[in-house]
Amino acid sequence: MAKSALLKSSLAKKYWMAFTGLFLCLFLIGHLLGNLQLLIPVSEGARDQFNEYALFMATNPAVKILSYLTYISILFHAIDGIWLTITNRRARPQGYVSFKPSTNTIWASRNMGVLGTIILAFIAVHLYQFWGQLKFGSLDDSLYTTANDQEVTDLYTLTIQTFQDPQYGLIWAIIYGFSMLAIGFHLYHGFSSGFQSLGVNHPKYNGFIRKLGYAFAILVPLAFAVIPFYIYFILEKI
Amino acid sequence: MNLTLKIWRQKNADTKGKVVTYQVSDISEDMSFLEMMDVLNEQLIDKGDEPVAFDHDCREGICGSCSLQINGEPHGPDRGVATCQLHMRKFKDGDTITIEPFRAKAFPLIKDLVVDRSSFDRIQQAGGYVSVNTSGNTIDANSIPVDKESADMSFYAATCIGCGACVAACKNASAMLFTSAKVSQFALLPQGEVEADRRVLQMVEQMDKEGFGNCTNTGACEIECPKGISLENIARMNREYLKASVK
Repeated sequence: MAKSALLKSSLAKKYWMAFTGLFLCLFLIGHLLGNLQLLIPVSEGARDQFNEYALFMATNPAVKILSYLTYISILFHAIDGIWLTITNRRARPQGYVSFKPSTNTIWASRNMGVLGTIILAFIAVHLYQFWGQLKFGSLDDSLYTTANDQEVTDLYTLTIQTFQDPQYGLIWAIIYGFSMLAIGFHLYHGFSSGFQSLGVNHPKYNGFIRKLGYAFAILVPLAFAVIPFYIYFILEKI
Repeated sequence: MNLTLKIWRQKNADTKGKVVTYQVSDISEDMSFLEMMDVLNEQLIDKGDEPVAFDHDCREGICGSCSLQINGEPHGPDRGVATCQLHMRKFKDGDTITIEPFRAKAFPLIKDLVVDRSSFDRIQQAGGYVSVNTSGNTIDANSIPVDKESADMSFYAATCIGCGACVAACKNASAMLFTSAKVSQFALLPQGEVEADRRVLQMVEQMDKEGFGNCTNTGACEIECPKGISLENIARMNREYLKASVK
Protein backbone atom coordinates (compact mmCIF):
# COMPACT_ATOMS: atom_id res chain seq x y z
CA MET A 1 0.00 0.00 0.00
CA ALA A 2 2.82 2.34 0.82
CA LYS A 3 3.96 2.75 -2.78
CA SER A 4 0.57 3.53 -4.25
CA ALA A 5 -0.04 5.79 -1.26
CA LEU A 6 2.86 7.96 -2.35
CA LEU A 7 1.42 8.31 -5.86
CA LYS A 8 -2.32 8.17 -5.65
CA SER A 9 -3.49 9.46 -2.29
CA SER A 10 -4.79 12.95 -1.63
CA LEU A 11 -1.74 13.67 0.50
CA ALA A 12 0.66 12.57 -2.22
CA LYS A 13 -0.93 15.10 -4.56
CA LYS A 14 -0.21 17.74 -1.95
CA TYR A 15 3.43 16.69 -1.63
CA TRP A 16 3.99 16.91 -5.38
CA MET A 17 2.17 20.22 -5.56
CA ALA A 18 4.34 21.62 -2.77
CA PHE A 19 7.57 20.11 -4.02
CA THR A 20 7.18 21.34 -7.60
CA GLY A 21 5.91 24.72 -6.38
CA LEU A 22 8.87 25.32 -4.10
CA PHE A 23 11.26 24.18 -6.82
CA LEU A 24 9.67 26.75 -9.14
CA CYS A 25 10.31 29.41 -6.48
CA LEU A 26 14.02 28.63 -6.82
CA PHE A 27 13.69 28.90 -10.58
CA LEU A 28 12.12 32.36 -10.15
CA ILE A 29 15.18 33.57 -8.24
CA GLY A 30 17.56 32.29 -10.93
CA HIS A 31 15.45 33.75 -13.74
CA LEU A 32 15.18 37.11 -11.98
CA LEU A 33 18.93 37.39 -11.45
CA GLY A 34 19.46 36.83 -15.17
CA ASN A 35 16.76 39.29 -16.18
CA LEU A 36 18.09 42.06 -13.95
CA GLN A 37 20.95 42.39 -16.47
CA LEU A 38 18.39 44.11 -18.72
CA LEU A 39 18.52 47.11 -16.39
CA ILE A 40 22.13 47.84 -17.41
CA PRO A 41 22.28 51.05 -19.57
CA VAL A 42 22.23 50.33 -23.32
CA SER A 43 25.71 49.66 -24.72
CA GLU A 44 27.57 47.12 -26.81
CA GLY A 45 28.80 45.61 -23.55
CA ALA A 46 25.29 45.20 -22.12
CA ARG A 47 24.17 43.51 -25.34
CA ASP A 48 27.14 41.15 -25.36
CA GLN A 49 26.77 40.29 -21.69
CA PHE A 50 23.07 39.45 -21.98
CA ASN A 51 23.45 37.45 -25.19
CA GLU A 52 26.40 35.46 -23.86
CA TYR A 53 24.39 34.78 -20.72
CA ALA A 54 21.42 33.63 -22.84
CA LEU A 55 23.69 31.35 -24.86
CA PHE A 56 25.18 29.90 -21.69
CA MET A 57 21.66 29.24 -20.32
CA ALA A 58 20.64 27.55 -23.56
CA THR A 59 23.70 25.34 -23.98
CA ASN A 60 25.23 24.53 -20.58
CA PRO A 61 24.41 20.86 -19.78
CA ALA A 62 23.74 21.50 -16.08
CA VAL A 63 21.40 24.38 -16.90
CA LYS A 64 19.72 22.18 -19.50
CA ILE A 65 18.94 19.53 -16.90
CA LEU A 66 17.56 22.24 -14.59
CA SER A 67 15.47 23.68 -17.40
CA TYR A 68 13.95 20.28 -18.19
CA LEU A 69 13.19 19.87 -14.48
CA THR A 70 11.52 23.29 -14.60
CA TYR A 71 9.33 22.34 -17.60
CA ILE A 72 8.36 19.08 -15.92
CA SER A 73 7.59 20.93 -12.68
CA ILE A 74 5.38 23.48 -14.42
CA LEU A 75 3.53 20.72 -16.26
CA PHE A 76 3.13 18.57 -13.16
CA HIS A 77 2.12 21.52 -10.99
CA ALA A 78 -0.54 22.51 -13.54
CA ILE A 79 -1.90 18.99 -14.10
CA ASP A 80 -1.95 18.30 -10.36
CA GLY A 81 -3.71 21.63 -9.83
CA ILE A 82 -6.39 20.87 -12.42
CA TRP A 83 -6.91 17.40 -10.94
CA LEU A 84 -7.21 18.88 -7.42
CA THR A 85 -9.70 21.49 -8.60
CA ILE A 86 -11.88 18.85 -10.28
CA THR A 87 -11.92 16.47 -7.29
CA ASN A 88 -12.49 19.34 -4.87
CA ARG A 89 -15.51 20.51 -6.86
CA ARG A 90 -16.85 16.95 -6.84
CA ALA A 91 -16.52 16.81 -3.07
CA ARG A 92 -19.40 19.29 -2.72
CA PRO A 93 -21.95 18.56 -5.44
CA GLN A 94 -24.66 20.66 -3.76
CA GLY A 95 -23.39 24.09 -2.85
CA TYR A 96 -24.54 26.50 -0.15
CA VAL A 97 -27.16 29.17 -0.63
CA SER A 98 -25.08 31.38 1.64
CA PHE A 99 -21.33 30.78 1.91
CA LYS A 100 -18.97 33.35 3.41
CA PRO A 101 -15.41 32.19 2.87
CA SER A 102 -14.12 35.74 3.20
CA THR A 103 -14.79 35.54 6.94
CA ASN A 104 -12.22 32.82 7.43
CA THR A 105 -9.80 32.73 4.47
CA ILE A 106 -7.73 35.11 2.34
CA TRP A 107 -8.71 35.71 -1.29
CA ALA A 108 -5.50 34.29 -2.79
CA SER A 109 -5.90 30.96 -0.97
CA ARG A 110 -9.32 30.42 -2.52
CA ASN A 111 -8.32 31.39 -6.05
CA MET A 112 -5.10 29.47 -6.63
CA GLY A 113 -6.64 27.72 -9.65
CA VAL A 114 -7.67 30.97 -11.34
CA LEU A 115 -4.31 32.57 -10.56
CA GLY A 116 -2.51 29.46 -11.79
CA THR A 117 -4.44 29.55 -15.07
CA ILE A 118 -3.46 33.18 -15.64
CA ILE A 119 0.16 32.28 -14.89
CA LEU A 120 0.08 29.29 -17.26
CA ALA A 121 -1.31 31.46 -20.06
CA PHE A 122 1.41 34.01 -19.34
CA ILE A 123 4.11 31.32 -19.47
CA ALA A 124 2.82 30.18 -22.88
CA VAL A 125 2.91 33.73 -24.27
CA HIS A 126 6.27 34.49 -22.66
CA LEU A 127 7.86 31.31 -24.01
CA TYR A 128 6.53 31.95 -27.50
CA GLN A 129 7.76 35.53 -27.41
CA PHE A 130 11.34 34.95 -26.32
CA TRP A 131 12.29 31.32 -25.87
CA GLY A 132 10.56 30.38 -29.15
CA GLN A 133 12.39 33.13 -31.02
CA LEU A 134 15.68 32.02 -29.54
CA LYS A 135 15.11 28.37 -30.41
CA PHE A 136 13.50 28.67 -33.80
CA GLY A 137 14.22 32.25 -34.79
CA SER A 138 12.51 34.13 -37.59
CA LEU A 139 13.79 35.58 -40.84
CA ASP A 140 13.86 39.23 -39.91
CA ASP A 141 15.70 38.73 -36.61
CA SER A 142 18.84 40.61 -35.94
CA LEU A 143 21.64 38.18 -35.24
CA TYR A 144 24.37 38.18 -32.67
CA THR A 145 27.79 36.70 -33.26
CA THR A 146 29.05 35.03 -30.11
CA ALA A 147 32.58 35.01 -28.74
CA ASN A 148 33.25 31.76 -30.60
CA ASP A 149 31.79 32.99 -33.92
CA GLN A 150 28.38 31.38 -33.63
CA GLU A 151 25.41 33.24 -35.07
CA VAL A 152 22.43 33.25 -32.74
CA THR A 153 19.26 35.32 -32.31
CA ASP A 154 20.06 38.65 -30.70
CA LEU A 155 17.84 38.10 -27.66
CA TYR A 156 18.93 41.35 -26.04
CA THR A 157 17.78 43.49 -28.98
CA LEU A 158 14.63 41.41 -29.39
CA THR A 159 13.71 41.93 -25.72
CA ILE A 160 14.46 45.65 -25.61
CA GLN A 161 12.64 46.23 -28.91
CA THR A 162 9.59 44.31 -27.73
CA PHE A 163 9.11 46.58 -24.74
CA GLN A 164 10.21 49.76 -26.53
CA ASP A 165 7.84 49.19 -29.44
CA PRO A 166 5.99 52.52 -29.80
CA GLN A 167 2.69 50.77 -30.56
CA TYR A 168 2.73 47.66 -28.37
CA GLY A 169 5.58 48.17 -25.90
CA LEU A 170 3.44 49.62 -23.14
CA ILE A 171 0.68 47.07 -23.70
CA TRP A 172 3.23 44.27 -23.30
CA ALA A 173 4.58 45.91 -20.16
CA ILE A 174 1.06 46.08 -18.71
CA ILE A 175 0.37 42.43 -19.63
CA TYR A 176 3.64 41.43 -17.96
CA GLY A 177 2.88 43.59 -14.93
CA PHE A 178 -0.58 42.07 -14.56
CA SER A 179 0.86 38.54 -14.85
CA MET A 180 3.39 39.35 -12.14
CA LEU A 181 0.52 40.51 -9.94
CA ALA A 182 -1.08 37.08 -10.44
CA ILE A 183 2.23 35.38 -9.57
CA GLY A 184 2.48 37.61 -6.49
CA PHE A 185 -0.94 36.55 -5.19
CA HIS A 186 -0.22 32.92 -6.10
CA LEU A 187 3.00 33.04 -4.08
CA TYR A 188 1.36 34.95 -1.23
CA HIS A 189 -0.56 31.80 -0.38
CA GLY A 190 1.57 29.21 -2.16
CA PHE A 191 4.94 29.79 -0.54
CA SER A 192 4.03 29.06 3.09
CA SER A 193 1.36 26.59 1.96
CA GLY A 194 4.09 24.50 0.32
CA PHE A 195 5.91 24.17 3.63
CA GLN A 196 2.68 23.23 5.43
CA SER A 197 1.95 20.51 2.85
CA LEU A 198 5.38 19.01 3.33
CA GLY A 199 4.75 18.92 7.06
CA VAL A 200 7.01 21.82 7.97
CA ASN A 201 4.96 23.52 10.66
CA HIS A 202 6.47 24.43 13.98
CA PRO A 203 5.51 27.35 16.21
CA LYS A 204 9.16 28.33 16.34
CA TYR A 205 9.54 28.71 12.55
CA ASN A 206 6.00 29.42 11.28
CA GLY A 207 6.32 33.16 11.70
CA PHE A 208 9.60 33.21 9.79
CA ILE A 209 8.28 31.04 6.94
CA ARG A 210 5.14 33.18 6.62
CA LYS A 211 7.09 36.45 6.59
CA LEU A 212 9.65 35.04 4.16
CA GLY A 213 6.75 33.95 1.93
CA TYR A 214 5.14 37.38 2.00
CA ALA A 215 8.47 39.07 1.27
CA PHE A 216 9.11 36.63 -1.59
CA ALA A 217 5.59 37.13 -2.97
CA ILE A 218 5.97 40.89 -3.01
CA LEU A 219 9.62 41.45 -3.90
CA VAL A 220 10.26 38.84 -6.61
CA PRO A 221 7.22 39.62 -8.84
CA LEU A 222 7.78 43.35 -8.25
CA ALA A 223 11.39 43.10 -9.43
CA PHE A 224 10.24 41.14 -12.50
CA ALA A 225 7.47 43.66 -13.23
CA VAL A 226 9.80 46.66 -12.97
CA ILE A 227 11.92 45.44 -15.92
CA PRO A 228 9.47 45.93 -18.86
CA PHE A 229 8.32 49.31 -17.51
CA TYR A 230 11.93 50.39 -17.00
CA ILE A 231 12.75 49.38 -20.57
CA TYR A 232 9.74 51.30 -21.92
CA PHE A 233 9.98 54.46 -19.87
CA ILE A 234 13.56 54.91 -18.75
CA LEU A 235 16.05 52.86 -20.76
CA GLU A 236 17.70 54.62 -23.71
CA LYS A 237 15.89 53.81 -27.00
CA ILE A 238 17.64 51.42 -29.38
CA MET B 1 -36.38 40.00 19.01
CA ASN B 2 -38.15 39.22 15.77
CA LEU B 3 -36.32 37.27 13.09
CA THR B 4 -36.74 36.03 9.54
CA LEU B 5 -35.40 32.51 9.07
CA LYS B 6 -34.50 31.08 5.69
CA ILE B 7 -34.24 27.35 6.27
CA TRP B 8 -33.32 24.52 3.91
CA ARG B 9 -36.25 22.07 3.84
CA GLN B 10 -35.88 18.68 2.19
CA LYS B 11 -38.08 15.67 2.87
CA ASN B 12 -35.37 13.09 2.21
CA ALA B 13 -32.30 12.38 0.11
CA ASP B 14 -34.39 11.51 -2.95
CA THR B 15 -36.49 14.64 -3.13
CA LYS B 16 -35.43 18.11 -4.13
CA GLY B 17 -35.02 20.62 -1.33
CA LYS B 18 -35.63 24.35 -1.16
CA VAL B 19 -35.25 27.32 1.11
CA VAL B 20 -38.41 28.13 3.08
CA THR B 21 -38.88 31.42 4.90
CA TYR B 22 -40.30 31.53 8.44
CA GLN B 23 -40.94 34.31 10.94
CA VAL B 24 -40.27 33.93 14.66
CA SER B 25 -41.09 36.56 17.23
CA ASP B 26 -40.33 37.34 20.87
CA ILE B 27 -37.01 35.51 20.82
CA SER B 28 -34.97 36.23 23.93
CA GLU B 29 -31.34 37.15 23.36
CA ASP B 30 -30.44 34.76 26.18
CA MET B 31 -31.74 31.78 24.23
CA SER B 32 -29.31 29.45 22.53
CA PHE B 33 -29.66 29.07 18.79
CA LEU B 34 -31.15 25.60 19.20
CA GLU B 35 -33.72 26.92 21.69
CA MET B 36 -34.75 29.42 19.04
CA MET B 37 -35.13 26.47 16.65
CA ASP B 38 -37.27 24.73 19.30
CA VAL B 39 -39.53 27.79 19.42
CA LEU B 40 -39.91 27.65 15.65
CA ASN B 41 -40.69 23.94 15.75
CA GLU B 42 -43.33 24.36 18.46
CA GLN B 43 -44.87 27.05 16.31
CA LEU B 44 -44.87 24.69 13.31
CA ILE B 45 -46.32 21.78 15.31
CA ASP B 46 -49.11 24.04 16.63
CA LYS B 47 -50.00 24.88 13.06
CA GLY B 48 -49.93 21.20 12.11
CA ASP B 49 -46.81 21.62 9.94
CA GLU B 50 -43.81 19.34 9.83
CA PRO B 51 -41.14 20.57 12.28
CA VAL B 52 -37.62 21.27 10.99
CA ALA B 53 -35.31 18.30 11.55
CA PHE B 54 -31.90 19.18 13.00
CA ASP B 55 -29.24 17.26 14.92
CA HIS B 56 -28.59 17.94 18.59
CA ASP B 57 -27.83 16.03 21.75
CA CYS B 58 -25.82 17.32 24.70
CA ARG B 59 -26.37 21.02 23.97
CA GLU B 60 -23.18 21.89 25.82
CA GLY B 61 -20.57 21.70 23.05
CA ILE B 62 -19.27 18.24 23.82
CA CYS B 63 -21.05 15.69 21.66
CA GLY B 64 -20.53 17.25 18.23
CA SER B 65 -24.08 16.49 17.09
CA CYS B 66 -25.27 19.97 16.20
CA SER B 67 -24.21 20.92 12.76
CA LEU B 68 -25.85 23.96 11.23
CA GLN B 69 -24.43 26.23 8.57
CA ILE B 70 -25.66 29.61 9.83
CA ASN B 71 -25.37 32.66 7.57
CA GLY B 72 -22.66 30.97 5.54
CA GLU B 73 -20.54 29.75 8.45
CA PRO B 74 -20.60 26.43 10.30
CA HIS B 75 -21.87 26.96 13.85
CA GLY B 76 -22.62 30.59 12.97
CA PRO B 77 -20.76 33.84 13.41
CA ASP B 78 -19.34 33.20 16.89
CA ARG B 79 -15.86 31.64 17.24
CA GLY B 80 -14.89 28.64 19.34
CA VAL B 81 -18.45 27.43 19.93
CA ALA B 82 -20.76 24.79 18.51
CA THR B 83 -24.26 25.77 17.35
CA CYS B 84 -25.71 24.74 20.71
CA GLN B 85 -23.45 27.28 22.47
CA LEU B 86 -24.30 30.08 20.06
CA HIS B 87 -26.56 32.64 21.69
CA MET B 88 -29.21 34.78 20.07
CA ARG B 89 -27.46 37.90 21.42
CA LYS B 90 -25.07 37.48 18.51
CA PHE B 91 -27.95 38.53 16.24
CA LYS B 92 -29.97 41.72 15.99
CA ASP B 93 -33.70 42.30 16.01
CA GLY B 94 -35.00 42.13 12.44
CA ASP B 95 -32.10 39.99 11.16
CA THR B 96 -32.55 37.43 8.41
CA ILE B 97 -30.74 34.21 9.23
CA THR B 98 -29.99 31.58 6.59
CA ILE B 99 -29.79 28.05 8.02
CA GLU B 100 -28.49 25.18 5.90
CA PRO B 101 -27.15 21.68 6.45
CA PHE B 102 -23.39 20.98 6.27
CA ARG B 103 -22.69 20.34 2.59
CA ALA B 104 -20.34 17.63 1.36
CA LYS B 105 -20.59 14.59 -0.87
CA ALA B 106 -19.33 12.54 2.08
CA PHE B 107 -22.10 13.99 4.31
CA PRO B 108 -25.23 12.88 2.44
CA LEU B 109 -28.41 14.67 3.48
CA ILE B 110 -30.97 12.68 5.45
CA LYS B 111 -33.66 15.27 6.07
CA ASP B 112 -33.87 19.09 6.29
CA LEU B 113 -30.76 20.07 8.25
CA VAL B 114 -29.67 16.56 9.23
CA VAL B 115 -26.75 14.99 7.40
CA ASP B 116 -25.15 11.57 7.72
CA ARG B 117 -21.66 12.03 9.17
CA SER B 118 -20.90 8.32 9.56
CA SER B 119 -18.00 8.81 7.12
CA PHE B 120 -16.17 10.28 10.12
CA ASP B 121 -16.89 7.11 12.09
CA ARG B 122 -15.45 4.98 9.30
CA ILE B 123 -12.27 7.09 9.18
CA GLN B 124 -11.94 6.63 12.94
CA GLN B 125 -12.60 2.90 12.65
CA ALA B 126 -9.91 2.58 9.96
CA GLY B 127 -7.17 3.21 12.50
CA GLY B 128 -8.07 5.83 15.07
CA TYR B 129 -7.50 3.60 18.05
CA VAL B 130 -4.77 1.95 20.10
CA SER B 131 -4.79 -1.85 20.24
CA VAL B 132 -3.55 -2.10 23.78
CA ASN B 133 -4.99 -4.91 25.80
CA THR B 134 -6.77 -3.16 28.62
CA SER B 135 -8.07 -6.24 30.39
CA GLY B 136 -6.16 -8.18 33.01
CA ASN B 137 -2.78 -6.91 34.07
CA THR B 138 -3.32 -3.26 33.17
CA ILE B 139 -0.24 -1.25 33.98
CA ASP B 140 -0.31 2.12 35.67
CA ALA B 141 -0.59 4.90 33.07
CA ASN B 142 2.15 6.89 34.76
CA SER B 143 4.68 4.11 34.28
CA ILE B 144 5.19 5.35 30.71
CA PRO B 145 6.82 8.79 30.85
CA VAL B 146 5.23 11.39 28.56
CA ASP B 147 6.58 14.91 28.33
CA LYS B 148 4.17 17.70 29.21
CA GLU B 149 4.27 19.34 25.77
CA SER B 150 3.34 16.14 23.93
CA ALA B 151 0.64 15.33 26.46
CA ASP B 152 -0.86 18.80 26.03
CA MET B 153 -0.69 18.71 22.22
CA SER B 154 -2.25 15.27 22.19
CA PHE B 155 -5.00 16.47 24.49
CA TYR B 156 -5.72 19.51 22.31
CA ALA B 157 -5.99 17.25 19.26
CA ALA B 158 -8.28 14.93 21.20
CA THR B 159 -10.69 17.75 22.01
CA CYS B 160 -12.01 17.41 18.43
CA ILE B 161 -15.67 16.52 18.79
CA GLY B 162 -16.03 15.32 15.19
CA CYS B 163 -18.84 17.73 14.36
CA GLY B 164 -17.76 18.21 10.74
CA ALA B 165 -17.50 22.01 10.83
CA CYS B 166 -14.05 21.71 9.20
CA VAL B 167 -15.58 19.93 6.22
CA ALA B 168 -18.49 22.37 6.08
CA ALA B 169 -16.22 25.42 6.16
CA CYS B 170 -13.68 24.11 3.66
CA LYS B 171 -14.26 25.24 0.08
CA ASN B 172 -13.03 21.77 -0.94
CA ALA B 173 -15.09 19.86 1.66
CA SER B 174 -11.86 18.36 2.95
CA ALA B 175 -11.77 16.29 6.13
CA MET B 176 -8.10 16.74 6.81
CA LEU B 177 -8.46 18.73 10.02
CA PHE B 178 -10.64 16.01 11.57
CA THR B 179 -8.47 13.15 10.32
CA SER B 180 -5.27 14.88 11.35
CA ALA B 181 -6.60 15.55 14.85
CA LYS B 182 -7.43 11.86 15.24
CA VAL B 183 -4.01 10.89 13.87
CA SER B 184 -2.22 13.41 16.10
CA GLN B 185 -3.85 12.52 19.39
CA PHE B 186 -2.20 9.10 19.17
CA ALA B 187 0.94 9.93 17.20
CA LEU B 188 2.07 12.25 19.97
CA LEU B 189 1.97 9.59 22.66
CA PRO B 190 4.25 6.57 23.12
CA GLN B 191 1.21 4.27 23.35
CA GLY B 192 0.08 5.39 19.91
CA GLU B 193 3.46 5.41 18.25
CA VAL B 194 3.57 1.63 17.90
CA GLU B 195 0.78 1.61 15.31
CA ALA B 196 1.46 5.07 13.90
CA ASP B 197 2.32 4.03 10.32
CA ARG B 198 -0.58 1.67 9.83
CA ARG B 199 -2.95 4.16 11.45
CA VAL B 200 -2.12 7.14 9.25
CA LEU B 201 -2.05 5.13 6.01
CA GLN B 202 -5.39 3.49 6.68
CA MET B 203 -7.15 6.60 7.96
CA VAL B 204 -6.04 8.68 4.97
CA GLU B 205 -7.04 5.88 2.60
CA GLN B 206 -10.50 5.78 4.17
CA MET B 207 -10.76 9.57 4.06
CA ASP B 208 -10.06 9.50 0.31
CA LYS B 209 -12.53 6.66 -0.22
CA GLU B 210 -15.32 8.63 1.44
CA GLY B 211 -15.05 11.33 -1.23
CA PHE B 212 -13.80 14.27 0.81
CA GLY B 213 -11.89 16.98 -1.05
CA ASN B 214 -8.21 17.85 -0.79
CA CYS B 215 -6.68 20.33 1.57
CA THR B 216 -5.44 23.53 -0.08
CA ASN B 217 -4.33 25.11 3.20
CA THR B 218 -6.88 27.94 3.17
CA GLY B 219 -7.17 27.62 6.95
CA ALA B 220 -10.97 28.04 7.07
CA CYS B 221 -11.31 24.83 9.11
CA GLU B 222 -9.08 26.03 11.92
CA ILE B 223 -11.02 29.28 12.26
CA GLU B 224 -14.47 27.67 12.20
CA CYS B 225 -13.57 24.71 14.43
CA PRO B 226 -15.54 25.01 17.70
CA LYS B 227 -12.59 23.47 19.52
CA GLY B 228 -9.85 25.48 17.78
CA ILE B 229 -8.06 22.43 16.41
CA SER B 230 -4.84 23.75 14.87
CA LEU B 231 -3.56 23.38 11.29
CA GLU B 232 -0.39 22.12 12.93
CA ASN B 233 -2.19 18.77 13.14
CA ILE B 234 -2.57 18.63 9.35
CA ALA B 235 1.16 19.27 8.97
CA ARG B 236 1.81 16.50 11.51
CA MET B 237 -0.41 14.13 9.52
CA ASN B 238 1.47 15.09 6.35
CA ARG B 239 4.76 14.24 8.08
CA GLU B 240 3.44 11.01 9.55
CA TYR B 241 2.03 9.91 6.21
CA LEU B 242 5.20 10.75 4.28
CA LYS B 243 7.25 8.85 6.86
CA ALA B 244 4.93 5.84 6.70
CA SER B 245 4.74 5.87 2.88
CA VAL B 246 8.47 5.70 2.25
CA LYS B 247 9.03 2.89 4.73
